[in-house]
Amino acid sequence: MLFGIEWDTSTSWAFAWSILPILLRGMVVTIQASLLGFFVALGLGLLLASLKGVPLKIIAWPAAFITEFLRDTPLLIQLFFLYYVLPDYGIVLPAFLTGALALGVQYSAYTAEVYRAGIQAVPRGQKEAARALNLSERLTFIHVILPQAVVRIVPAMGNYLVSIMKDVPVLSVVTVLEMLNVAKIIGDRTFNYLIPLTMVGALYLLLTLVAAWGVRVLDTRLPKRGIPLK
Amino acid sequence: MNEPIIRCEGVVKRFGELTVLDHLDFTVDPGEKVTIIGPSGSGKSTVLRVLMTLERINEGVVYVDGEPLWHEQGAKGLEPASEAHLRKMRQKMGMVFQHFNLFPHMTVLRNLTEAPRYVLGLSPREARQRAEELLELVGLSDKAEAFPSQLSGGQQQRVAIARALAMRPKIMLFDEPTSALDPELVGEVLRVIRSLAEEHELTMLLVTHEMDFARRISDRVCFFDQGRILEQGPPEEIFSSPKEQRTREFLHAVLHPEE
Repeated sequence: MLFGIEWDTSTSWAFAWSILPILLRGMVVTIQASLLGFFVALGLGLLLASLKGVPLKIIAWPAAFITEFLRDTPLLIQLFFLYYVLPDYGIVLPAFLTGALALGVQYSAYTAEVYRAGIQAVPRGQKEAARALNLSERLTFIHVILPQAVVRIVPAMGNYLVSIMKDVPVLSVVTVLEMLNVAKIIGDRTFNYLIPLTMVGALYLLLTLVAAWGVRVLDTRLPKRGIPLK
Repeated sequence: MNEPIIRCEGVVKRFGELTVLDHLDFTVDPGEKVTIIGPSGSGKSTVLRVLMTLERINEGVVYVDGEPLWHEQGAKGLEPASEAHLRKMRQKMGMVFQHFNLFPHMTVLRNLTEAPRYVLGLSPREARQRAEELLELVGLSDKAEAFPSQLSGGQQQRVAIARALAMRPKIMLFDEPTSALDPELVGEVLRVIRSLAEEHELTMLLVTHEMDFARRISDRVCFFDQGRILEQGPPEEIFSSPKEQRTREFLHAVLHPEE
C-alpha cells in the first residue's frame, strides 16, 4: 500500500493496473518539480545572462564564475549542498522545494547561455538602427532585440525542459516521491521491479514526447515572419 | 553667413592602435549637400557614425546645430554628455545604413511608425499618416503591409530612407546607401536621394562611391585620406582639376578601374 492505494498481486496485469494510480501520483510530482525547476532556470538564467552582460567587471566576473561553477559540478552535489548544508545555516526547505530549486539552479547556467546566444545572434545593425531612430535602450530591447531573440531561444529552452524532466529522478535521493522513487518503493515491497520500472519508462517516454510536442507547437506559433534564422 | 550646422574641431577617433579620425576639422552649412569620398579606411563612414552617436570620440569637440554633441556645458567647461543630452541631439539627425538595417519582424508600416510613435509620441493615426506620405514619396505605397524580407534591396533601402525621414531630421546621413545593392537597383535609390537633395532646408552628408551622382547633387565634395580632409571644393573642381596627387590617384582608380 502506498498513498492509501492497495495493489493487487494476483496477476501481472492486475498488478500493473492497480499500481498505475500510484505511479500517476508520482508523475504529478515529477511534472511539478520539472515545471518549477524550469521556471527557476528561466528566471535565474535571464538574471545571470544580464549580469554577465554588465560592462562592470566586478559584477560580470562573479556572474561568469557562478555560471561556470554550476555547469561544471554535478547536480547531485548541488542538491546535497542545498539539502544537507543549508539547514546548518537555518534555512530549512521541504525536500520537494529543495529538489526543484537545485534543478533550477543547475539549469540556469545552461539557460543563461541560451539567452546570451539568442541575443547575440541579433545583428549589431539592429541596435544601431534603433539608436539612430532615438529609441530608448529599454524600447530597443523590448521591441527590437527580444522579438528577434525569442524565436531563437524557444527551441533550445524546450530541449532543456525535457532534460530537466529526465533529471527529476535524482531528487529521489533526498526522499522526493517522484515517479521513479515511487516505482522503486513498490518494487521493494512486492519484490517485483520489472513491472513498475517498465511502466515508469513508458510513462516517461509519454511525458517527454508530450513536452517536446508542446514546444514544437509553441515554436510554430511564434511570429517569426521575416526574421532570418540560420 | 550662417552659423555652420555641423562643426568638428580637432576630432580624434581611435580604435585601439588605429587612428581613424586624426584631428579632423570639418564644417557643414545648413542645407548644404556634402559628399564624402575617399579610400576605404580613410574615416569617411566613421564621421557619420560619430555624428549619429554610434561611435564615441577620443578628442576634440563636435558641434551640431550650435550645441556640443558629445559634451555638455558644465560648471567647469565642457563635460561628457549625458544620455539625455545625446537623445536630444540625436533628434536632429537621421541615418541611412549600407545594409538598410530594417527591423525584419515588423511590417514596412511598423518600421516607419515605431519611432514616431514611441519617441515623438505621435498618435497611431498621425504616425500612420506620416508613414503613408513618406511611402508615397519613395514610391512604395503598395508595400505598407509587406515585411522587409519580401522586398528587393532597392525597395528596402527606400523604406529605410523613409523611416529616417519619419523623424523629421534636420540632417540626413547616408552611409554608402547603394554599396550593398545589385547594380540594376542602384538607380531607384539614387533617384529618391536626389529628390531629397532638392529640399533646400535639409542638410545632407553622403558617403558614396557613385562619383557621377556625387558630381550632380553635391554643393561640395570632400576627399578623405588617413582620417583628415585632404582636399575639398565644388564637385567640378574636385573631379576635373584636383590639386592633390592622392586625390588624382583615387579618382583615377575609381573612374578607370581597369587601367
